[in-house]
Amino acid sequence: MSAAEQHVFVSGDEAVAMGVRLARPDVISAYPITPQTVVVERLSEYVEDGSLHCQFMHVESEHSAMSAAMGVSATGARAFTATSSQGLLHMCEGLHYASGSRFPIVMMNANRATAAPWNIYGDQRDSLSMLDCGWIQVYVEDAQEACDMMIQGYRVAEDPAVLTPFMINLDGFVLTHTYELVSLPSQEEVDEFLPPLETENKMDPLSPKSLCITIGPGLDQEIKYQQHQAMMQAEEVIERVDREFGDRFGRYYGGMLEAYQCEDAEFILVATGTTVGTARTVVDALRSEGVSAGVLKLRYLRPFPVKQLGEYARKANVIGVLDRDISFGMEGTIFTNVNSALSRCGSALETMNFIGGLGGRDISKQDLTDIFQKMQDQATGKKQPHVQFFGMECETNE
Amino acid sequence: MSRPIIKPYMMPRTMQEIPFGATFESGHLVEGNAGWRTFKPEVDQEKCTLCLTCYLVCPDGVIFKKGDQLCIDYDFCKGCGICAHECKFDAIKMVKEEI
Amino acid sequence: MSKNLSNKEYFYGHKACPGCGGSLAVRLALKALGDNTLTVLPANCMSAVSFIYPQMAFTGNAMISPFASTASMLSGVAAGAKARGMEDYHVIGFAGDGGTADIGLQALSGAIDRNDPVIYVCYDNEAYMNTGIQKSGLTPVGATTTTSPAGKNESGEIRPKKSMFEIVAAHNIEYAATCSVGYPRDYIKKIEKASRVKGATYIHVYAPCPTGWGHPTDQTIALAKEAVDCGLWYLAEYEKGDFKLNKRPKKFADVGGHLKKQARFRHLSDREIQDIEQHRDARWETMTSKWN
Repeated sequence: MSAAEQHVFVSGDEAVAMGVRLARPDVISAYPITPQTVVVERLSEYVEDGSLHCQFMHVESEHSAMSAAMGVSATGARAFTATSSQGLLHMCEGLHYASGSRFPIVMMNANRATAAPWNIYGDQRDSLSMLDCGWIQVYVEDAQEACDMMIQGYRVAEDPAVLTPFMINLDGFVLTHTYELVSLPSQEEVDEFLPPLETENKMDPLSPKSLCITIGPGLDQEIKYQQHQAMMQAEEVIERVDREFGDRFGRYYGGMLEAYQCEDAEFILVATGTTVGTARTVVDALRSEGVSAGVLKLRYLRPFPVKQLGEYARKANVIGVLDRDISFGMEGTIFTNVNSALSRCGSALETMNFIGGLGGRDISKQDLTDIFQKMQDQATGKKQPHVQFFGMECETNE
Repeated sequence: MSRPIIKPYMMPRTMQEIPFGATFESGHLVEGNAGWRTFKPEVDQEKCTLCLTCYLVCPDGVIFKKGDQLCIDYDFCKGCGICAHECKFDAIKMVKEEI
Repeated sequence: MSKNLSNKEYFYGHKACPGCGGSLAVRLALKALGDNTLTVLPANCMSAVSFIYPQMAFTGNAMISPFASTASMLSGVAAGAKARGMEDYHVIGFAGDGGTADIGLQALSGAIDRNDPVIYVCYDNEAYMNTGIQKSGLTPVGATTTTSPAGKNESGEIRPKKSMFEIVAAHNIEYAATCSVGYPRDYIKKIEKASRVKGATYIHVYAPCPTGWGHPTDQTIALAKEAVDCGLWYLAEYEKGDFKLNKRPKKFADVGGHLKKQARFRHLSDREIQDIEQHRDARWETMTSKWN
């Protein structure tokens, strides 16, 4: 299908499938898990009807899905897989393995709460607990961004300076299963933007390689340093690819992060994913009431936009970080990352962590308005705990 | 037919020299296994019929035919003794390694 | 000697123990398949001894997979090679008994179910040898291992070997075979046969381990042959739905004598050896009555 840009009314999952089709993977290995299932269902339909020329491998577990993707990548072919929560955790060994092997696999993850107890709804504990495994991680806000990032993802991952696997996160149900209008670029345009994968890091009959080898204490640290450097180099590539995407397709997402009304904001809310959309509405309302509010959409959590965050912090008074996760006994993971970034930039700014939206609990405009109020209270001396849960259904003892 | 050889190798000193990720060139040998041996196989070429059973069953592949001679790559022979044990013609003897 | 056996060495300079049965299994299979073979191995002895930077013992393309997923990584390699338009290649994996019958079973099941064009070789040294001789699902009754030690109360492993051959046959695999490094020509022939199948195949090769079994390093081939001759192992094929025994010993060699050559069985009483013989007889009764 090579029409000019077309408009479709699709769910987040469907937008991902359409984006993947445009990215021309060679092999898809996937195991179904709510709420990712529609992604693999649509992809199998596209393979069946011939609109996607690709091998579709029905693996028997997520661990195998990632292992198969690594096998594909090891031959220099383009791999795709998708998962969520329990599945992401099940392939955790493979996540470290793929990044250490420097395989540019792209994976969609539907953010979903992790058991126990069982919960199929959206929060971000799954991917946030995987921040250390060496994957680039982006968090998208809507179906359009999800579709576009499937294409950008391969460009970034396969860049010779990067060669690192890439995870695209969509809020479970709230984004995966809601419908919106999406502009689909044409296949020709995507082909120009995303050429076929070229890499030396592969099995080659003319130059045989040993992959996923053993390296002892004598050199492992240097290999990990190399991996860390590549992840940091990805920041420049991410920015460049997003700008090029914007020039070509008319949609630039801000690179590592997108700031809304933050230039002069006293109170900045840092958020990821679908919540950002709600937050912008709340910021507009507060601004009209004279509150100097802004929302910072963290798109990439790995690599992490340390310097940019530091820049926005300079003029702010209080930064609130919304976490749809909790690192039990401590704080939200995004909060930890934000605090570290601010500290490294020499910022002594007051920061607050707002934990909520867990297990699929809705985050309402009122919730966010209350959060901005708490940030203002903090600034005026009404001190509160740095880390607090919001939107509780039951009274807590605090 | 070329046999495997040991190549001299310098461990990397700069980041540019280290392997990429976890990938390296296949068939890259920097040292032999000769030091493992206590006993070493010696071939009686007169008794040897070149049936090549020893060549077949050597776990390390160090036995090979060169012309009409049975040869052993002593750089890599570990001295396990399977060749001597399996030879039906008594053509291989395990001899104590000289230090 | 197989005329098709390449005289190149594809697995050389590795750090396996002297007399290692598993390394012979890898060496012969790769020689049978020749150039342009893509190899996958999980964490096991064979990968642990051949990918130690900077010494790479595989001369062809090879990679290590996570422990549980030899078979799914094989599937990925096969799919990728096809996508890349590679020609004249084989895809083969070498997993141990633990990596096959225990942790690797699920992935193997999936690969056979998909009928991916891969040759899966299980080299069976009857324990997790790489990590120090711990028991696996293929450790035979009576064997002492570091996690099923023979002592005052127990006499080594109490559970029988899982029948991997029958498990893969139950998947309607197109071709599967049992082999032994004690019958190397038979093993090579079966590898060649597997390589001609355009789907998943399974080769189970009995491979003694001098270190784990406690026998002199020069006895590997002899013991691997004797195990077949006394009926504790068997040479068979499963092809397009039919089981076939390749060798039916008219008279079995002495089991007790065979077991006592290995330190892992030396604690066994005569009664226990008799039990082993009886189980062997029962197995053969079933096999000979049901198989061709």
